[in-house]
Amino acid sequence: MSPRISIQHGDFDVAAEIEALSRHANTGAVATFTGLVRPEDGLTALTLEHYPNMTEREIARHLAEAERRWPLLAATIIHRVGRLTPGERIVFVGVASSHRAASFEACQFLMDYLKTRAPFWKEEERGQAKSWVEAKASDDSAAERWREK
Amino acid sequence: MTLLYFSWVRQKLGTSQETLALPAGVSTVADLADFLRARGGGYEEVFSAPSRLRVAVNQDHVGFDAVLSDRDEVAFFPPVTGG
Repeated sequence: MSPRISIQHGDFDVAAEIEALSRHANTGAVATFTGLVRPEDGLTALTLEHYPNMTEREIARHLAEAERRWPLLAATIIHRVGRLTPGERIVFVGVASSHRAASFEACQFLMDYLKTRAPFWKEEERGQAKSWVEAKASDDSAAERWREK
Repeated sequence: MTLLYFSWVRQKLGTSQETLALPAGVSTVADLADFLRARGGGYEEVFSAPSRLRVAVNQDHVGFDAVLSDRDEVAFFPPVTGG
């Protein structure tokens, strides 16, 4: 499998990404997750900062781990950085496999690890006020369920 | 060594990057955090509460007990909030 990893400022085309994931021979299932900037509590924008190079390395490690655990045929992870406004897409995770269980599970696994391990930070803007988003314990417990016993 | 700072750590220190020779007596990340805290000001504020910080050495997540060398890239940042 040669996964596609992209850290980018610009938007992405979900239909084109699903189409690309569907092209591989033997694909019977494509599961995807698209994350959006939630319009909550007067939020005007989110700015995403990341650690260049480590981000790509960390995501590649998670993809290799997913490939070890599930029979994947193709995978794509796209994460946007920079300033985004409510309703904009932030993140895309797509996984192709022969069967649905593997694609659903690998997609959730990748998303849970992206949230707790990939070096991104969100700063919220509400009018003139800016504040850094705090990490959530619920994200840690979501990732924890994938730990191999 | 190269030190990198992200998110509010970068903002409180007023810099995103600095180059430093491995200070005498510093062998682990915890030692380095103590060394930086002793600079005072924003450094004291950031490094007085290391439980709020995470660290990567050469772009791998590590604990504060990780051993450092003079050629390392060490990054301090808050727990990540992507996705």
